[in-house]
Amino acid sequence: MERKIRVLIAKPGLDGHDRGAKVVARALRDAGMEVIYTGLRQTPPMIAEAALQEDVDVVGLSILSGAHMALVPRVLEEMRRRGLDDVALFVGGIIPPDDVAPLKEMGVREVFGPGTNTHDVVTFIRQAVDEPTA
Amino acid sequence: MNQRRNLDGARLAQEARQGNRRALARLLSLVENGAPAGLIALSELFPYTGQAHIIGITGSPGAGKSSLLNRLAHAFRQSGTRVAIVAVDPTSPFSGGALLGDRLRMRTLINDDGIFIRSMASRGHPGGIARATHDAVMLLDAVGYPVILVETVGAGQAQVDVARVAHTVVLVEAPGMGDDIQALKAGLMEIADIIVVNKADRPDARQTMRMLQSVRHGGPSGHHGPGGDAPAPPADADAWEVPILLTSALEERGIAELQAAILAHRQYLSASGQWAARLAQHARAEVELWLRRHFEALQTAHLPPERWESAVDAVAARQAAPAAVAQNLLEELLASICHRRRGEC
Ligand SMILES: Nc1nc2c(ncn2[C@@H]2O[C@H](COP(=O)(O)OP(=O)(O)OP(=O)(O)O)[C@@H](O)[C@H]2O)c(=O)[nH]1
Ligand SMILES: [Mg+2]
Repeated sequence: MERKIRVLIAKPGLDGHDRGAKVVARALRDAGMEVIYTGLRQTPPMIAEAALQEDVDVVGLSILSGAHMALVPRVLEEMRRRGLDDVALFVGGIIPPDDVAPLKEMGVREVFGPGTNTHDVVTFIRQAVDEPTA
Repeated sequence: MNQRRNLDGARLAQEARQGNRRALARLLSLVENGAPAGLIALSELFPYTGQAHIIGITGSPGAGKSSLLNRLAHAFRQSGTRVAIVAVDPTSPFSGGALLGDRLRMRTLINDDGIFIRSMASRGHPGGIARATHDAVMLLDAVGYPVILVETVGAGQAQVDVARVAHTVVLVEAPGMGDDIQALKAGLMEIADIIVVNKADRPDARQTMRMLQSVRHGGPSGHHGPGGDAPAPPADADAWEVPILLTSALEERGIAELQAAILAHRQYLSASGQWAARLAQHARAEVELWLRRHFEALQTAHLPPERWESAVDAVAARQAAPAAVAQNLLEELLASICHRRRGEC
């Protein structure tokens, strides 16, 4: 049987709505991916543990609260602690342009701002799965 | 594709047995994808299976299966039992993708080392579980989870495959199902060992419970007699009386009673000899499934797609009957196998 791309979509932090995350989750499903959706207010250990148990190829974080510079390193650290260095992480939400470069330096593979076309997310994920980081 | 997928099944099996959760997670993907490494791991691990109590949770969409499973897993954890969960959601027939949302209701379980949760897409399998659910359960059994909970897709009457995997089937329904009862009694109620009316915090729960009781006992809408004229059959003293329980996953009520009923059913299975009978049933289902899979693999390997097309076209044009065409395909298949084995057949 063919293998499917598996993606975890998670919302860390305290911001209270997940419309954007759900739109992305549905778009990825419609592109033929298996999307594990874990809902609001996930802690970094919860996200990393779910990524491990579900053996996902890619993790997407949706962050609207402005806390991305604090949350993202903690998620990355929890993922590394579990040996998930080869799982690509992308971040979506309200991210000021100045924060993009520092986030990528931390290990984030891609950042998607508001108004991103979901096709771009699909394309990014397909590429990330085909060309894992060295 | 991804290089990390090219893994050694036997080594992963060993690591998973030693408690490596990442190795277990990868093996689950490998068996789900039908990868050769997954098959190797399955045969390595098979001798360690047969220990777990496998509990199926089925019922209508939105009845509260995941929420209840979350509570139930907590209850098992309270008594120190490690729990694995396989939660199946439907694959979209249009895109082949799936939105796996059962984990949403299980968030309180995530920070616990004694719990392993895996979401699984049905990938077109019609019976309420995925084709690889059997294999996933076997892996979890082999690495030492003594209790495995399997949540089916929101199920209708025909989705009864969970009975081929589980020792104990819990049917979860919610108040206000009305006409669904008619459909239920045809399939799901016959495989249920325990029936639960969840959302007991709602006022109409008792009425649903009474309706289910009348169906179970062959009452007015029961399956033991048309129009309810026939009396309920006499109860066999040794038979399992399917309990109907009220729970509220929301208010955490009735959970201890449900857990007790599950444990009582486990006891009943052992004491009555039914445990062995179910194992034999499961074994039969497993072998049949694998025989079909092997046969499909042979079809793919030995019958080129053009041959299929021409056969189908001949039937569509009414030049040949389907049974005769299939017979010819079978002969060709056998000849092709024989040829490839240099006549040793
Ligand atoms: N009032 C009430 N609502 C409940 C209860 N249990 C679950 N729910 C709600 O019912 C809805 C469905 O719950 P789930 O646990 O996702 O149901 P499910 O059967 O797993 O659903 P599917 O997997 O989609 O078939 C959610 O909104 C829950 O919050 C309960 O005991 N009482
Ligand atoms: Mg569910």
